[in-house]
Amino acid sequence: MKQDIPGTIVFDGEQAQKGFALNRMCYSFNSAANRAAFLQDEEAYCRKFGLTKEQRAAVKARDVLAMIAAGGNVYYLAKLAGIFGLNVQDIGAQQTGTTVDEFKAKLAAAGR
Amino acid sequence: MSRIIGGVATTHVPSIGKAIAEKKQNDPYWKPFFRGFDYVHYWLAREKPDVAVVFYNDHGLNFFLDKLPTFAVGAAHEYRNEDEGWGIPVSRSIAGDPALSWHIINGLVADEFDVTMCQDMLVDHAVTIPMALMYPGEKWTVRIVPISINTVQHPLPSLSRCLKLGRAVGRAVESYPENLSVMMVATGGLSHQLDGERAGFINKEFDQLCMDKLAGEPETLARYSIHDWVEEAGAQGVEFLNWMAMRGALTGQVNEVHRNYHIPISNTAAATVVYENRVQADRKAA
Repeated sequence: MKQDIPGTIVFDGEQAQKGFALNRMCYSFNSAANRAAFLQDEEAYCRKFGLTKEQRAAVKARDVLAMIAAGGNVYYLAKLAGIFGLNVQDIGAQQTGTTVDEFKAKLAAAGR
Repeated sequence: MSRIIGGVATTHVPSIGKAIAEKKQNDPYWKPFFRGFDYVHYWLAREKPDVAVVFYNDHGLNFFLDKLPTFAVGAAHEYRNEDEGWGIPVSRSIAGDPALSWHIINGLVADEFDVTMCQDMLVDHAVTIPMALMYPGEKWTVRIVPISINTVQHPLPSLSRCLKLGRAVGRAVESYPENLSVMMVATGGLSHQLDGERAGFINKEFDQLCMDKLAGEPETLARYSIHDWVEEAGAQGVEFLNWMAMRGALTGQVNEVHRNYHIPISNTAAATVVYENRVQADRKAA
């Protein structure tokens, strides 16, 4: 089921199990104090939540597709992206390999 | 007895909250979306509902993936919003109606919908933004009963199941002995996808089909599988489950009296629809 819609990983039980530590860390970013703690010592913060090697590398590289491949759910990843001031157009552009302006133009074109 | 007057469905994109806070309603980007609420305000002022039953999906404020209910019904005196980590201003709390909540819960479980019962429940932007759109200045004149549907972690409930859930909610509300005027609210959608190489996916044609069919032929839409819905409406387009439940809760003859559709708001095809539910008229006629 997972790969048969191009460019889409369905967040199912397999992904949810794989991504649990990463998503749990992102869930903690609902708190401003936790966001500050992450910024102060990212390495220690990730260690505290037991991120897998793959998840840690993806977070370090700010690579959203790699975070999703490692089980990240986009609603939770958006809380992490927010720490870096990135919105869903920014991460959309990153995932589709376009500039933010190109990504926005693509969205606008869908309305015509 | 309580009466279901109709329903309002609207997109709940987080950036709308920022636009409201920054008073951007008349900016060229936002105006086509916000002006779609003029009719909603007129309709609410005319109908004066006492309670809104809000079908929505939580995005990791009240529920995490450790314990994620498929269907959860709020039964709190008050619903608070908190920091969601996205820089949206925290909303004013919204009053609940626990007596009606428990009546709905009792009705749902009797109808074999074994829901999670929440006496303490935070509500996220998927409740507060539609509320702020309907009631500018956060001047709530309704109490709410929030009903959360899992649209995050698959397996999701089917479209057909959500339509039936809505019908059970509708039956429960109509059997409530207090003389309340109740509106149904659905939040989220329409087509959008935030994740993967297909991020930015929007399907105008499919959205039009959904809006064209929902009032008169919801069963046609209920036949889609979740997999096909993800393909047609995008990974987060499954928020339409909330719309299906809302439609199910409108138990009489349903007429669409308002529709606004605009692409894009953030990464989303934004839609606002108002339905009237002609239950009383039918009964009087009969």
